[in-house]
Amino acid sequence: MTETPLRPPRSQWAEVWDQFRTHRGAMVGMVVFLAIAALVILGPWVYRVDPTFINIRARNQGMSWTYPLGTDQLGRDMLARLIAGGRVSISVGLTAMALSILLGTFIGLLAGYFRRLDGPLMRLTDLFLALPLLPLLLVMVLFFREPLATRFGPETGIFVLIVVAIGVTSWMQTARIVRGDVLALKEREFVLAARSIGTPDRRMLSRHILPNVMSPIMVSATLGIANAIITESALSFLGLGFPPDFPTWGRLLFDAVDYIRDYPERVFWPGLMISLIVLSANFIGDGLRDALDPRIRGR
Amino acid sequence: MRDAGASSAPPLVEVDGLKMYFPITSGLLRRRTGDVKAVDDVSFTIAAGETLGLVGESGCGKSTCGRAILRLYTPTAGRVRIDGHAVSEASPAELRRLRPMMQMVFQDPQASLNPRMTVAAIIGEPLEEHTTLTRAEKLDRIYSLMDAVGLNRAFANRYPHEFSGGQRQRIGIARALALNPKFIVCDEPIAALDVSIQAQVVNLLEDLQAQFGLTYLFISHDLSMVRHIANRVAVMYLGRIVELAPRDDLYGRPQHPYTQALLSAVPEPDPRIEATRRRIILKGDVPSPARPPAGCAFSTRCPQVMDICRAERPALTQIAPGHLAACHLHRPTTATAGRTGGIEAPRTGTPEQTQQGETA
Repeated sequence: MTETPLRPPRSQWAEVWDQFRTHRGAMVGMVVFLAIAALVILGPWVYRVDPTFINIRARNQGMSWTYPLGTDQLGRDMLARLIAGGRVSISVGLTAMALSILLGTFIGLLAGYFRRLDGPLMRLTDLFLALPLLPLLLVMVLFFREPLATRFGPETGIFVLIVVAIGVTSWMQTARIVRGDVLALKEREFVLAARSIGTPDRRMLSRHILPNVMSPIMVSATLGIANAIITESALSFLGLGFPPDFPTWGRLLFDAVDYIRDYPERVFWPGLMISLIVLSANFIGDGLRDALDPRIRGR
Repeated sequence: MRDAGASSAPPLVEVDGLKMYFPITSGLLRRRTGDVKAVDDVSFTIAAGETLGLVGESGCGKSTCGRAILRLYTPTAGRVRIDGHAVSEASPAELRRLRPMMQMVFQDPQASLNPRMTVAAIIGEPLEEHTTLTRAEKLDRIYSLMDAVGLNRAFANRYPHEFSGGQRQRIGIARALALNPKFIVCDEPIAALDVSIQAQVVNLLEDLQAQFGLTYLFISHDLSMVRHIANRVAVMYLGRIVELAPRDDLYGRPQHPYTQALLSAVPEPDPRIEATRRRIILKGDVPSPARPPAGCAFSTRCPQVMDICRAERPALTQIAPGHLAACHLHRPTTATAGRTGGIEAPRTGTPEQTQQGETA
């Protein structure tokens, strides 16, 4: 019929990537994110200093060639601690965010789509929202720290505990947003059209509902990373998280707060890192959200 | 001609006593306190290859009726048989197997297409669900469907928002055709389109009907368009069919006062006839379908209302061959009596005269 050769349908992800590349903020965000990730992953192989080695005679040093970012009040190397802390903070942030988004999306989808589940699931959400967070975390840590530590080893054990604790206490906002969007979406005619075709519920959710609620999920995911990193530091500060000698960005920040008058740079570096990670995650989420929407794509 | 065919072969679609009530709940305990009777005891048949027009004003239950026939809603009561299959009683698994046979074209082409799917994915979805074609075969079928509805094949990778209203409706029609259905419910397929595009889409529907031997239930409030496409026309008012007749009978000799009022509102293209056109202006609003009036639903607005109309609900009865109406003005008679004009005679007078003549 037409002379021009027809393009076979392209993979959607190729078009998403094309659009993502045109979003300058998202690209900058991704470069920053990958740079920080590379620093904390590859750093220990390049900068071979033990972050927990105490050298009391070299305490409270400023920046120098031996100690690029100085040392803390116990003489531990700040750069090494920043790199080690980044590993923990970023992995806690990403895993806890993933867990809370998965939980929230799943519960929101079910509650919005199946009328029968709406009441029970939303009351469960209200219940979680009404729970006082810190006492709950305290109880969780008291009960599960020992069994998990013996099962997975002290560090992995506490990691699992913290990720789960943050994950199961922060999914409620996502669930509510997703439920609201699903409620509106399922009244749209294309859902009715899919039903008239005979699309079963599971594919209705995966093909028609989920892609259309991606935008709010993306936004709450990027905010979730920030939230998880900050909650983790609050937990560590209260002594409920990782052990005190175990560096995380939140821990470094809170340790440094006592010395902020004399050594403000010790607050500056971990603070900068947290801000950069959160900001770059937000930009990446923004770009992804745009790229996933065909109405914005190609503009 | 159509009626003769319909009487010899069993009709493709049989709707019998279809009711669709939506519950009204109120109070703290959300107790059921009433029903919105969107569709109330509707029965009709559609012969294979025929187009039945379903007309009525907004909110009279036309769309609900179409959706209940396809089991997009679970009907409160009544039976629907399509091509011998009991659609209204089918289990979910059976229903899924029956879906390819009956499809729907929706009113709002913008809302009925998923904004996140390409045209190829939208048209291919029914194939995905009901066939085991390979990817290449599927693409081939999608291209041939796009040809059938007049869409350029190069548009396959585009998204719905990149199209005009008429083109979007073509995508919706292609999706409905994908599984070779026998019966298509067209739910106001032209209401959201420009007048210039309406004719294109209606002509396309007609061509496809001739090409694939489709049967349509054509829901619309556009009386001229229904006159163009339908073989028979049913008029709905407040969830009930008030008149059902072959097209020319209904437009030429409307029997129910509501149909007469509706038809009197259709503008005439010829200005000389238009100048002499006499409109029947109905007073008041449509009563709430949650609390329809006792007796005839139209009794609150009927210009020829009688005492019996407020007390007794008229049944849909045959007043001429193939011509059914639900009105006390027309007592069930033999077919010949309807033709002699014994009933129609007073109708040429003014409504007041008719009323006096009838009640005397």
